[in-house]
Amino acid sequence: MSDLPAGVERRRFDGEKRLATQGPPVYGEPTADGWRAWDARRSKLGAMLETGMDTGLAGGETVLYLGAASGTTVSHVADFAGPTYAIEFAARPARDLLDASAPRDRLFPLLKDARTPETYAHVVEPVDVVIQDVATRGQAAVANANARFLDEGGLLLAAIKARSEDVVADPSAVFERELDTLRETYEILETARLEPFHEDHLGVVARRRA
Amino acid sequence: MSDETGGWFADATPDEPERASAAIRQRSADAPGDWSTRAVDAGFAADETAYYDALHEATLAATRTAVREAERADDQQLMHAVRAMDDCERTANELAERLHEWAGSLFAGAGTGIDGARDVADRDPDGPAEERAVALAERVVELADEAADLRAHIERTAPEVAPNLATLAGPVLAARLIALAGGLESLAKKPAGTIQVLGAEDALFAHLRGRAPSPKHGVIYVHEYVRGTREEDRGSAARALAGKLAIAARGDHYRGEFNPAIERQLEERMATIRARGEADE
Repeated sequence: MSDLPAGVERRRFDGEKRLATQGPPVYGEPTADGWRAWDARRSKLGAMLETGMDTGLAGGETVLYLGAASGTTVSHVADFAGPTYAIEFAARPARDLLDASAPRDRLFPLLKDARTPETYAHVVEPVDVVIQDVATRGQAAVANANARFLDEGGLLLAAIKARSEDVVADPSAVFERELDTLRETYEILETARLEPFHEDHLGVVARRRA
Repeated sequence: MSDETGGWFADATPDEPERASAAIRQRSADAPGDWSTRAVDAGFAADETAYYDALHEATLAATRTAVREAERADDQQLMHAVRAMDDCERTANELAERLHEWAGSLFAGAGTGIDGARDVADRDPDGPAEERAVALAERVVELADEAADLRAHIERTAPEVAPNLATLAGPVLAARLIALAGGLESLAKKPAGTIQVLGAEDALFAHLRGRAPSPKHGVIYVHEYVRGTREEDRGSAARALAGKLAIAARGDHYRGEFNPAIERQLEERMATIRARGEADE
């Protein structure tokens, strides 16, 4: 099991050891002593940490988070990371993202489309890590387009959802195709299926190539 | 303040939240920059802490405004937007054809379509005829860009207006179905069989007069489930899709809540239909 980033701990909630970060609660998660449980079933990054993938996160990084949705995962990320930019395309979940961002002074919500990075490159600085959880077709292409925010060696942590690419194809075939597209820009370091937390999702750790 | 940095703060000061918020929503840049350093150098913020505090306020304000705008959208606005998008695309393509014909007589190797127009628009005109052709090319490019902006607008607002329909059909097809029906309410009142052939009225009336076979699909043809299914099974696929679209439209109009079960049921049905093709191979 690889080390958790600083600011993320396994703590006991109702007798059960769970991942947790320190910050204001967001989605009704259990809290204890200022720590709030990080539900791996509701968060792909949480599942990547829970299944023991080596995410390379140490804590305090600057982060660009693509597909922030209601802010469930990105709120935990902002709790242990440095300045965090949260991109979400749909207005409905962005309303909840605003509530998660308001009390976190280094979390910056943006209602933008992750497929068009030029619409937020005037706001987002180069970052240490890109975290991606977008449920749109062409997920690897989105990661490639956003590689401009990473320097060589910068980290990509992505959750690829097979059913967003092709609902009827075999997920393994879909993952292979997406990984091939990712290799245009990234070196793949580790992959793992996120079962039992998320069905038909592949967690990917990759590094920006030269 | 200078505009050179290209950052969101370029022509705002920290005490102008409205301008900063508008800049975040509307400006763009090809590549990111070290905005915190540049903002401090440009005198926008005293130090990095002050910069990030200002950025937090500005992103909250910009996103709040953008969310509010999207929520104001209704089905009538969506219909205007999708019709305007179609008009812009069609006009841009027609003008691009005219331009291609003209540019071919002026410039060597002028390409076709919108891409061809972009090439022509970038040229330095020599003489009055070339000036007109290049100016026309610029209009074509602007129209094509406007169509792309309208599409992005629809992709953002359709899920607000009709979350179930937009999930199942995709935002643009959802908007088109609403426009063809004349509103979300009238779409919600249509039977699945009508939704299946919306946009194929000519073929439908030809069929009713006894001159043609019944149409299998209207605009829903562009949906991956229909187009991506082999021909023998396309009628089944169109019928299955239209059935769930009808349920989705009713959910959107009468309940207004997202129901993920509809999508799941359709996925299962489509897997069954496509399995027939695999079994035959």
